Amino acid sequence: MSDILILNGWLVDPAGGVDGERDLLLRHGRVAAVEMPGVLRAAKAKETIDAKGMIVAPGLVDVHVHLREPGQTYKESIKTGTAAAAAGGFTSVVAMPNTLPVNDSVERLGWMLDAARGACVKLFAMPAATFGSNGEEITDYHELQRAGAVGFTDDGKPVLHDRVMRAALVAAAGISVPVSQHAEDTRLTGGCSMNAGPVAFRLGLRGMTVEAESKIVERDIRLLKDIERQDGLRPHLHVQHVSTAKAMSLIRAAKAEGLHVTCEVAPHHFTLTDEAIGDYDTNAKMNPPLRNDADRLAMIAGLMDGTVDCIATDHAPHALFEKEQEFERAPNGITGLETALGLALRVLHKGNGMPISRVIELMSAQPAGIVSLEGRGTLKVDSFADVVVFDPATEWSFEAAKSRSKSRNTPFDGASMLGRVAATISEGRVVFKG
Amino acid sequence: MTILDTGTIAAGSLLTVASLTVAEVAAILAATDRLERMAAAERAKILEGRRIALLFYESSTRTRTSFELAAKSLGAMTTLVSDKSSSIEKGESLKDTGLTLRALGAECIVLRHANSGAPYLLAKMTGLPVLNAGDGMHEHPSQALLDLRTMLTRLPGMGGRLVNAKTLEGVTVVITGDILHSRVARSNAMLLPRLGARVVLCGPKELLPEDASGLGAGVEIERDFDKALKQAGSRGKAVVMMLRIQRERLAGLELDLGEYISRYQLDEERLRSRAPEALVMHPGPMIRGLEIGGEVADGPNSAIEDQVRHGLGVRTALLVRALGAGGFESVTV
Ligand SMILES: [Zn+2]
Repeated sequence: MSDILILNGWLVDPAGGVDGERDLLLRHGRVAAVEMPGVLRAAKAKETIDAKGMIVAPGLVDVHVHLREPGQTYKESIKTGTAAAAAGGFTSVVAMPNTLPVNDSVERLGWMLDAARGACVKLFAMPAATFGSNGEEITDYHELQRAGAVGFTDDGKPVLHDRVMRAALVAAAGISVPVSQHAEDTRLTGGCSMNAGPVAFRLGLRGMTVEAESKIVERDIRLLKDIERQDGLRPHLHVQHVSTAKAMSLIRAAKAEGLHVTCEVAPHHFTLTDEAIGDYDTNAKMNPPLRNDADRLAMIAGLMDGTVDCIATDHAPHALFEKEQEFERAPNGITGLETALGLALRVLHKGNGMPISRVIELMSAQPAGIVSLEGRGTLKVDSFADVVVFDPATEWSFEAAKSRSKSRNTPFDGASMLGRVAATISEGRVVFKG
Repeated sequence: MTILDTGTIAAGSLLTVASLTVAEVAAILAATDRLERMAAAERAKILEGRRIALLFYESSTRTRTSFELAAKSLGAMTTLVSDKSSSIEKGESLKDTGLTLRALGAECIVLRHANSGAPYLLAKMTGLPVLNAGDGMHEHPSQALLDLRTMLTRLPGMGGRLVNAKTLEGVTVVITGDILHSRVARSNAMLLPRLGARVVLCGPKELLPEDASGLGAGVEIERDFDKALKQAGSRGKAVVMMLRIQRERLAGLELDLGEYISRYQLDEERLRSRAPEALVMHPGPMIRGLEIGGEVADGPNSAIEDQVRHGLGVRTALLVRALGAGGFESVTV
């Protein structure tokens, strides 16, 4: 692997405690040196990147993506999905198990993680928490962890039964990985296609209530306490794509109690409200749905005060013909890998004064920590040479037509972004150049 | 802006009352008058040889017949495509059905669909003028226009009034019943206040969530039907619009029908004692003895048959407008 020198940049590495001018030498897929400007001038490298005016940061980590392989490669494949990730500055992504078939066995997990799939950034996976994601019987966590699982989830659906969720948390606690929960009480959301409220009423669409999310979060927190007390274990609950103020305050309280709860928020939930649906734009249809402005502001508050542990995209590609349907029939989900950094910088940094280093932390060190990715999410010497170089000042418009993803389902086509990715390096290989 | 939204909605479409300016409402009603006065033979030349497709995914005798007769009275050729016939291919998408109809020469599509918003999709995908003949729980814009016309002809002192933002000042319209599932209620509640009416929505929480007041200024909620009626009756001109309970949409919701009848049925006694002058309307189909008493439906206050008659006239005007004939060329949506 060739050496890369990154000179004249501003290094932001929250985990390494760096926020200043540094030069960086990458060698053999690892970070070989981090030095003050000038020190590495004599170093030899096959490639030199001049990062003047740029921020050099750990490659971004996304704990929640859908890559649609196996089974639905007309929407996305591991190859195209990871290419989109690279274009967005991500160097590690965690694939959700709702593929066809569901990723619930060592064989399927191994197949997915195999180099033959052509991932251009580091691919991790969370296999299903229950067989077939049917919510009935938990999968073999030990075996799956040995094969590379970094956590377990039935994402797309909740683990609804208390007994099964308890078993999942206990089993995962035994091997120190999280159970990621899609918090939706599906008994309350049948036939619903957007957020409940005045917009849903006007559009004549059935709405998902805030309680459908918060009730599951509440139940899961109760299970954590119960397991700590009765089993003497310390389970880790990770709440996926939080979208309501109510769930956010439950998580805040659980953290204050010292429970091991982490959570993620998706860029669309801190950027848009249900008004974005406009005249039934299925590109604004996702689950959990876009909520009202009070909920959106609660997501920002949670990000600002540290309740939110990381930003995750929930990248969910769908083919055009699937989205070109009646709103209630169209599938949920939007693509997100190429717009996450631009939206986070625009809304959180520029709009709400969050320091860039904190944005980076929410998109690298912290998500890496949630799924225990050793040597990632930081640029300390000997870490993996996963790097994103971006210009923090450039304002630009995202063009869905130019996406690296196979799909174009985004409400952010033409939306303004702040901060443009100039280069993404995964384990010492340049995988994207802007 | 988004990839999906590249299609534009053709002028002459009517997907929601919200897109109509008050001036356009006035133009549609004026055209209705004009068309009604015309000799049948003359009217039959307006859309002679033009092709209109009636695409009905939900059965509706009243609305379908009304549009069909309106089109035929203008000389247009119509074709009915319904999910009851074999003409909608099983599993074919709405987009593809629309493109097929366009390729066959349809110049306008009248759509009834069980999904809210379906007319937007069809209009964007085909680029043809689309008339929304009822979509899911969303809207029924031609019904709101025919209801408006019925009020203008039946309420005292309204005859010959110009349609503007003050036309319905002093009029209270109490819409009662299953508001949640009613596209008629939504369209009326969004249209009538823009002409100066006060709209009072009435019904139990299960059928009328608080979110309904978000439909716009001039829309209020009153749970007590007697109070709503009394207030309306004492305030000037009153309209009581009754809605059917859409049992097929209740989806597991338990409703005590006996209690509902005692609280919300418009019967003779209630009407006489609370708002004896009120105009009684119902978009149909009615369930006599449930939301409305038979004697009220057939009584002197009832405008229910007028509504049906005005439906034909208003739809004639909407079809002329959709096809850009008869002075509507400059109208945009
Ligand atoms: Zn997901």
